[in-house]
Amino acid sequence: MPGYAERVKVFGIYIQGGPIGVVVATGGIRRVIEFRAVTKRFEDGTIAVDELDLAVEAGTITVFVGPSGCGKTTSLRMVNRMIDPTSGTILVDGKDVLTVDPPTLRRGIGYVIQQAGLFPHRTVLDNIATVPLLSGWDKRKARTRAAELLEIVGLDANFGKRYPAQLSGGQQQRVGVARALAADPPVLLMDEPFSAVDPVVREDLQNELLRLQAELDKTIVFVTHDIDEALKLGERVAVFQTGGHLAQYAKPTELLSAPANDFVASFVGRDRGYRTLTFLHAEVPVHPVATAKLGERVTITDWTLVVDEQNRPRGWLSGVDGEVEVSERDLVSGGSLYDGSSLRGALDAALSSPSALGVVVDDAGAVTGVVKADDVIQALAKARAAGEVPK
Amino acid sequence: MTWIFENWERFWEVTAVHLRLSVVPVLAGFALSIPLGWWASRSPKARLVLFPFANVLFTIPSIALIVITPVLIGTKILDEINVIVPLTVYTVALMIRSVADALSAVPGNVVAAANAMGFRPLRRFLTVDFPLALPVTIAGLRVATVSNISMVSVGALVGLGGYGQLFTEGYQTDNTDKVLAGLIGTVVLAVLADGLLLLIGRLLTPWARVGR
Repeated sequence: MPGYAERVKVFGIYIQGGPIGVVVATGGIRRVIEFRAVTKRFEDGTIAVDELDLAVEAGTITVFVGPSGCGKTTSLRMVNRMIDPTSGTILVDGKDVLTVDPPTLRRGIGYVIQQAGLFPHRTVLDNIATVPLLSGWDKRKARTRAAELLEIVGLDANFGKRYPAQLSGGQQQRVGVARALAADPPVLLMDEPFSAVDPVVREDLQNELLRLQAELDKTIVFVTHDIDEALKLGERVAVFQTGGHLAQYAKPTELLSAPANDFVASFVGRDRGYRTLTFLHAEVPVHPVATAKLGERVTITDWTLVVDEQNRPRGWLSGVDGEVEVSERDLVSGGSLYDGSSLRGALDAALSSPSALGVVVDDAGAVTGVVKADDVIQALAKARAAGEVPK
Repeated sequence: MTWIFENWERFWEVTAVHLRLSVVPVLAGFALSIPLGWWASRSPKARLVLFPFANVLFTIPSIALIVITPVLIGTKILDEINVIVPLTVYTVALMIRSVADALSAVPGNVVAAANAMGFRPLRRFLTVDFPLALPVTIAGLRVATVSNISMVSVGALVGLGGYGQLFTEGYQTDNTDKVLAGLIGTVVLAVLADGLLLLIGRLLTPWARVGR
């Protein structure tokens, strides 16, 4: 997400009407959640979290990622005292959470749980209004707020009267997010919220979360075991290692380019060189390409891109020499399209194209030219030579 | 059937007694089984004690329990308490398990979500756990109610028992019609009570019947 890291705003945390703690601004970065030497040892002796030191910055999405049993969920749950630490201190906005009564603390911190965890006996609207009602808002105001949130998370108003069982998994999770946002908490904890939905819906929900975050600017801690999800959503990613150790806490690009140890290197995966391209935005030369429209008679010598009336790509015509009439059934379907997002998109467009030419499109989807894989590799080498770190 | 129409007033009188002797124990037993069932749903140790104890209580023959109650609690011979107490015991014995099972069946992530939203324990019980336990609880309550309505008649042995008195009197005077009147009364009452609870259950839990 370009421009994400610059967005640091200062605002107060309000819990039940009054600000708790002071706003600490250090060099434009405010630490909203701080773990100081936090250890959690369960009764059976297992150490879930081992001497965790970590600070979550205001207005960022921070992802805790790691294999099961690494302490990521335990760490999250210690923030709102679903679990209390064995030793160490957790500060939320400068205040030790152990000094705040759990229900009061929790009403000031949004929480999204796995599989939404909606109340099956309450309508969608009443589910969303839960925290405002607990905090003593009057019913009408809470309902109005709930209806607003339904719209914010992209659900139609008529979902409000339904029960959770009448919604799909993805819709339920949207309601789960709306419920967590209802009392406008500055901090949002998300515990593997998208793990139970299918990949297509998950991607939808992830994009929706990024869109919401761009508008709402919350401090979000997001737990997942999926490294792709972590790299996509996280501005900062904390990789946890089995035994409750924090292996590395860094920006996604740093995890990819400079993993702290073998565990992190293997966890971020084999194709991390390719993933790094996601975060690079360098200029790639765009070459002109021969195009033809359906139904036209053209003489072709090489791969020709077939376009529709709006100049949008339809497919490729293979390089048979001679004059042909362009018809639908001769088309070889194309690969992914490059819309100027990142080097990864450019390289993928070139690699997936039957002609080895990646189709470049503008915002309207019209063809502007093609890119070549070699150019992407050169752009990458140039960026490296210039000492440019991916961002 | 003719007995009912010829003795309308008496019939209503025993109906009222029968209703009182069966409904009061259901209400009292239900009220007692909520905290006990809750306890059993929370603590495996409590369950280990309460469930076998409830089973033993239920195996005590009703005649024995009704006869021995005045001796145990020192009430007078024709006091309605003598029937109400044993039937309450049976209701509790039946309902502890229903309530405990119903509360244990509330989904874990719903409970976790409620805690994470900032519910305090009592409010969570009243507005989340208990409403979600209602469908199973009401099913148990229907069984207890019908069983109570049938058992009240045993009270005739100690001079109480609503329709049960029609059975003993009818038997002694060789009046089959009177016995039949008691039987009809019992069945009609049981069916009506069951239907009423079913209806109340439906009104209280509209969410339990929605599908996708």
